[in-house]
Amino acid sequence: MDFVQKLWAIVWKDLTSELRSKEMILSMCLFSFLVLIIFSFAFEMGFGDSKKIIPGILWVSFIFSGLMGVGRSFGLERDRGTIQGLFLCPMSPWGIYLGKMIGTFVFTMIMVIFTVSISTILFNLNVLPFLVPLGLIIFLGTLGFSTVGTIFSAISATTRTRDVMLSILFFPVSVPMIIASVKATGTVLDGKPIQAIFSWLNILAAFDLVFLLLAYLTFGFIIEE
Amino acid sequence: MMVTHKKFITETIQFITVFMMLAALYAIFFYAPVEKTMGIVQKIFYIHVPSAFLAFFAFLITFVTSIIYLYKKDYKWDVIAACSAEIGVVFCTIVLITGPIWAKPVWNVWWTWDPRLTTTLILWFTYIAYFMLRGAVRENQRANLSAVFGIIGFVNVPITFLAIRLWRTIHPVVITTKGLNMVPPMKHTLILTFIAFLFLFLTLLLCRTRLENIRIDTEKMRALAEDRFDQE
Amino acid sequence: MPDLPEHNYIIEARGVVKKFGFKTVLRNVDLFLKKGDLLALFGHNGAGKTTLMQILCSLMRPTSGEICIAGFDLPHDSESLREVIGVISHNTFLYTNLSADENLRFYGMMYGVPKLNKRIEEVMTLVGLSKHLKDRVQTFSRGMQQRLSVARAIIHDPLILFLDEPYTGLDQHGAEELKQLLENFRDQKKTIIMTSHDLDRGLELCTQAAILRSGTLVYKEDIAKIDKGNFKNTYLKFTVKKPLFA
Repeated sequence: MDFVQKLWAIVWKDLTSELRSKEMILSMCLFSFLVLIIFSFAFEMGFGDSKKIIPGILWVSFIFSGLMGVGRSFGLERDRGTIQGLFLCPMSPWGIYLGKMIGTFVFTMIMVIFTVSISTILFNLNVLPFLVPLGLIIFLGTLGFSTVGTIFSAISATTRTRDVMLSILFFPVSVPMIIASVKATGTVLDGKPIQAIFSWLNILAAFDLVFLLLAYLTFGFIIEE
Repeated sequence: MMVTHKKFITETIQFITVFMMLAALYAIFFYAPVEKTMGIVQKIFYIHVPSAFLAFFAFLITFVTSIIYLYKKDYKWDVIAACSAEIGVVFCTIVLITGPIWAKPVWNVWWTWDPRLTTTLILWFTYIAYFMLRGAVRENQRANLSAVFGIIGFVNVPITFLAIRLWRTIHPVVITTKGLNMVPPMKHTLILTFIAFLFLFLTLLLCRTRLENIRIDTEKMRALAEDRFDQE
Repeated sequence: MPDLPEHNYIIEARGVVKKFGFKTVLRNVDLFLKKGDLLALFGHNGAGKTTLMQILCSLMRPTSGEICIAGFDLPHDSESLREVIGVISHNTFLYTNLSADENLRFYGMMYGVPKLNKRIEEVMTLVGLSKHLKDRVQTFSRGMQQRLSVARAIIHDPLILFLDEPYTGLDQHGAEELKQLLENFRDQKKTIIMTSHDLDRGLELCTQAAILRSGTLVYKEDIAKIDKGNFKNTYLKFTVKKPLFA
């Protein structure tokens, strides 16, 4: 109970702080909108058989703009000097990690939902019939993204070349999550039944669980000086 | 006493390595027959496969020593982890270079998105990132953070492999990797090169860790000298 | 030379060593404090004051040495220790785009403070900011932020306070107010360790004074035995570098 209350305190603090400036959410949404537009030009969306690349475009824009936000999860705390105040609180490193991760998850989820809505208009995409399987993929994919992203946010926040470092660490590790999300989204948008994506969902769930476990085991070492 | 003992072991291993490598080269070019369909280019296989194995083995050692470091907090293990990862990257690079050289004449493409190949490429990126991280963090956090990344990067390999395999089976497979039909001399040569490469790895790891330890000792001495100055 | 460890010490640190890479920042620091002590820690920049504070408040792990604070062994029990310590530094640890109330609410929840609303009112009155409860911290002056930082640090009523350069950036008036607050805490028998550049500021409150020089605790004395007027000379005597080749 105590743990849940502290967890909520961290999430509440991040949400309130963000809702006040809306700086991060707005820039994430705007950025992912721009990525969609650029990709539409680059791949000549609307001519020929362009439906096939929609899942790829979607996930690339999720991840690019998601990285902007996740980097600031610990980056901002370090810049403002509040990170030591946070670490001084009587809570396990795992709890601090989880609180920051949930905050990141919420922000990324808002951006993802925004991007999907925009793309239904831009790409003439009707997502309503696939809402349940697509929601499941997006939930597991975004969870995996936030799980890994928050670990690397804490690591890269200690370095000088913060954003570059975050991408270099994040991309090789996130390969299974990206492949699984893109392929599963493609399968679903093709109108295949939900059974067709079970193996992908398994990979996504395994990825999420493994990284939550790794965070549980190692986060104490990451924040230790 | 201890030092000479250690030196003796190192030199023995170095000697065995030289001998084994020469024997392996002889076996590759004179003992193993030329493969019928692929021709002489197939010989690269004896370098390619053991290198891939060693790269993986080196990263396994980085993984294990990283765990030991976090548990024991002894910098000795961090040094071994970093050195092993370095050697792993070298062998990984060899795999990624010899692979296309082999693939071009045989399959007529430089690169295929085969699960093993692609996983190796991701592995290479992961450990390049490992070194970028080591270079970028402050000294008092370097060992901790790189150990955590060494663990994460390795644990991720099986998931990556599974995902890439599943991804490939869904695409139409143009090129298949058929198992090689190996005659006994080929098998013998492969086993010999495996052992030779294992010794090569041991030699490299011993030399690299020794070099790193010497570097650390030098830094320590310099710090000590500065320290004396501070104390006076 | 070092005090004999007795059972009633609230802060016990033996042989604390900290290395950053190959650089030794603290060497064999022993520190023993009783309940109600206020130790002023002096030293040049880079002498290791902040590092020692960070180690004592569990933010940093010592390379070697034993530390036991309020019965908790570091670094093993650091989570429980954090419930009984408060830290004030020149960095306020405040979220500037949240209001004073929200900041205190966040930290109060993190420390599991019971009857939080009442406690927030109490500490805000104590630091004299009750009028500004709903104002955002970014609109506060430096002095107000530092006072709010004090409120933040004492929201869970800690036994021990660590103050790292608390006077930095405060004007005469702000410093005077902070001094009053600290005097209160000292009279409440809280144990306090404070670092400072300013000898006079440090000496006016402390019960003990200590000097760190490049990582070594070179001087520690009870206030009763210190000649306050002449302390500057003592400080210089213990910190000034001798030329290397004399």
